[in-house]
Amino acid sequence: MSVLTLLGLDKTFSHGVHPPEYKGLTAHKPVRRMPFASEMLVPLSQHTGAPAKPIVREGQEVVRSEPIAEPGGFVSVPMHAPATGRIARIGLARDVRGGMSPAIFLQLYPGESQEILYGAPVDVDHMSNEEIVKAVQRTGVVGLGGAAFPTHVKLAVPEGKRIDSVIVNGCECEPYLTTDHRLMVEQPEHVYEGIRVVQRAYKAERVVVGIENNKPDAVEAMRRAKPDGEPIEVESIETKYPQGAEKMLIKSLLNREVPSGGLPMDVGASVFNVATLAQIGELLPMQQGLIERVITVTGPAVGNPGNYLVALGTPIRFVLEWCRYRGEDASVVILGGPMMGVAVPSLDIPITKGVTSILVLDKAEVEKRNRKEYPCIRCGSCLDACPMHLNPSRLGQLARKRTFDTMADAFNLMDCFECGCCSYVCPSNIPLVQRFRVAKAIIRERKAAS
Amino acid sequence: MTGIKPGTFEIRTSPHIKAAVTTDVIMRNVVYALMPICGFAVWAFGLSALALVCTTTAATVITEHLVCKISKKPTTVADFSAVITGILLALTLPPGIPLWMGFVGGVVAILLGKALFGGLGFNTFNPALVARAFLQAAFPVAMTQWVPAFVDGRFSQCIPTTLIPPFLSPNMRADAMAGYLAQARIDGWSGATPLSLMKFGGKTTATMDLFTGMIPGSTGETCAILILLGGVYLVARGMMNWRITAAMLASAYVSSWLFCLADKTSPTPAFMLFSGGLMLGAVFMATDMVASPTTPLGVWIYGALMGFLTILIRLKGGLPEGVMYAILLGNAVSPHIENLTQPRVFGTKRIKKAVK
Repeated sequence: MSVLTLLGLDKTFSHGVHPPEYKGLTAHKPVRRMPFASEMLVPLSQHTGAPAKPIVREGQEVVRSEPIAEPGGFVSVPMHAPATGRIARIGLARDVRGGMSPAIFLQLYPGESQEILYGAPVDVDHMSNEEIVKAVQRTGVVGLGGAAFPTHVKLAVPEGKRIDSVIVNGCECEPYLTTDHRLMVEQPEHVYEGIRVVQRAYKAERVVVGIENNKPDAVEAMRRAKPDGEPIEVESIETKYPQGAEKMLIKSLLNREVPSGGLPMDVGASVFNVATLAQIGELLPMQQGLIERVITVTGPAVGNPGNYLVALGTPIRFVLEWCRYRGEDASVVILGGPMMGVAVPSLDIPITKGVTSILVLDKAEVEKRNRKEYPCIRCGSCLDACPMHLNPSRLGQLARKRTFDTMADAFNLMDCFECGCCSYVCPSNIPLVQRFRVAKAIIRERKAAS
Repeated sequence: MTGIKPGTFEIRTSPHIKAAVTTDVIMRNVVYALMPICGFAVWAFGLSALALVCTTTAATVITEHLVCKISKKPTTVADFSAVITGILLALTLPPGIPLWMGFVGGVVAILLGKALFGGLGFNTFNPALVARAFLQAAFPVAMTQWVPAFVDGRFSQCIPTTLIPPFLSPNMRADAMAGYLAQARIDGWSGATPLSLMKFGGKTTATMDLFTGMIPGSTGETCAILILLGGVYLVARGMMNWRITAAMLASAYVSSWLFCLADKTSPTPAFMLFSGGLMLGAVFMATDMVASPTTPLGVWIYGALMGFLTILIRLKGGLPEGVMYAILLGNAVSPHIENLTQPRVFGTKRIKKAVK
């Protein structure tokens, strides 16, 4: 630990919260491969943007890593078969929001070696920006930190914009999660390979890797693996939620503020999660597709928590049984971290590209959140927590009165990115961020209607 | 397949974890912080102080419970906010005030100060101070009758005025009062607090006596050190906005220093800081979360305004003490201060002015 860390002088943004980390459950556990489930399902919409279109028929045999769906547009990615087997069905499957959406069902061949037969080497160093964008799209890689935004879209910079700095996000600021941590410790070379591709695509002058100072071994590993002579800095920054949010990280590392309603490229920056870069670094040089990812399976109700390499399409039920899930204690199964993750309605939902972890909370934690709601006592904790410097207290009162337009016009509601800090600190247990989600949805709907 | 029971999942929205501090915990800790002050009050003023604290607290809690009953809502007594109001009210009253007046004060605090606005979280003014202002207007004599601290017989008998039955004049027991005061072993008891001595007699009291509470005054305002310790406890636990207290005390100090510069006979800043209800007000009253602004810049302005008003009323107004009206005025302008000091939103250029 550096002197700066001890003095609390590491780079950071203002406001935010310090929830307990709970990372000790899995931080020291190396990534292990999980076996294949006998049935998998690949949803056609597991990314932001248009759903993918299937290019296989029912009954067709597919080989692991073979493309089975093509992009449905520019903001869309292809899907690849996560295992060798037979397409059982193409139809509706339960999705994470509780509705039904189209998916490809895959029946695996038992005893199959699951060797990857697809792929051909390409020369990354002599590709143009357009070629890199296309090649990245072909890998099917999306933002693996949870957002699932197609990565190639970020690489295609519009006319008149220029990215001078690439930010590499190794913060992993959500409690419990340790996948990015393990990736940086175990395969920093893949991250650097990905950095090389992205840097090339942008012709960026500078790359800054930001890692929270609770992962000194990851900082060390990334510094050691850093290629010589490249303009890359590895920064140890303050451990604080939501340090890994795009806008916060740009502020911490570059001291630039993304304008309200703007994008990182407006300040010449672009942010990539380390897991995303590691996949690009691993897949792109061989032109392979994204078929598996590392997830953390953790929480007080999991008997054997750890970091696992899981085939995309593996049902949650299979993963939890493998990790000795103690069903009777549990009430909430969350995909993602405890601050922004989604509680699932069913265990038949598969692991998709944007899933960083499965977190199972037990009764004690559940009841803590189900405490009584008091009126707002205007303590101001939420104002001190909000990383966007909004006034959640006032916004909450306006939401109660359903004055949505005032919320957006006078109190910048649309700048809220739903990190949940306000709800986390609220002593009165007011579900602030949920009220803002609803308000934002209503405002968007009204705008679309008018 | 092992048995994962179907249908046992709770669906809900993020965040799925919560910080440990809740509103009732904050309120309870404020009560803890007030306990040493109550203890000192009882030690200094005897049975009467004890009876007064119990009476006002009972009044606020009973009123709160009945209000909830009448409006057919679950009782909110358990959130401890009524208890705080009751204790704070007692601490701001003269120790010898007739108990029935204290009870009326408690009822007024909850009814006029809180329930009328919609209960916890909606009161524009600090309920305890609303009640005190009401009592000041309704019973000006009883509200300005002081007794010396540490009278010999304070644990064997009440201050005679304490037990006056409802609606009778506080002067009716003048003989008994004279007897009680005779035990005080103070020559020529004038019935004045350090502030009124200052205002009407030009006499100062030693700062050390003010600091440790060896003086007459309202039940809980006299011992500055215990009040500060209570504040430190709450700030350390993250349950109090120290900026308001700091701003109010600093502003009171600076304003009285400025008055001193203009007029050499004006009391010293140190005297002003530790006399009267300024400490109690700045630590426990002005920081009432509900009635103060929430914005980071707003709380500084709010505190500074109240500190200045306190000194202005003390030196230029008709009353010897100004803390109560200063805080109530501060409460009144608090929403306006908040509107004018909305934080600069990340990624925007200017401080946005609120529409309403």
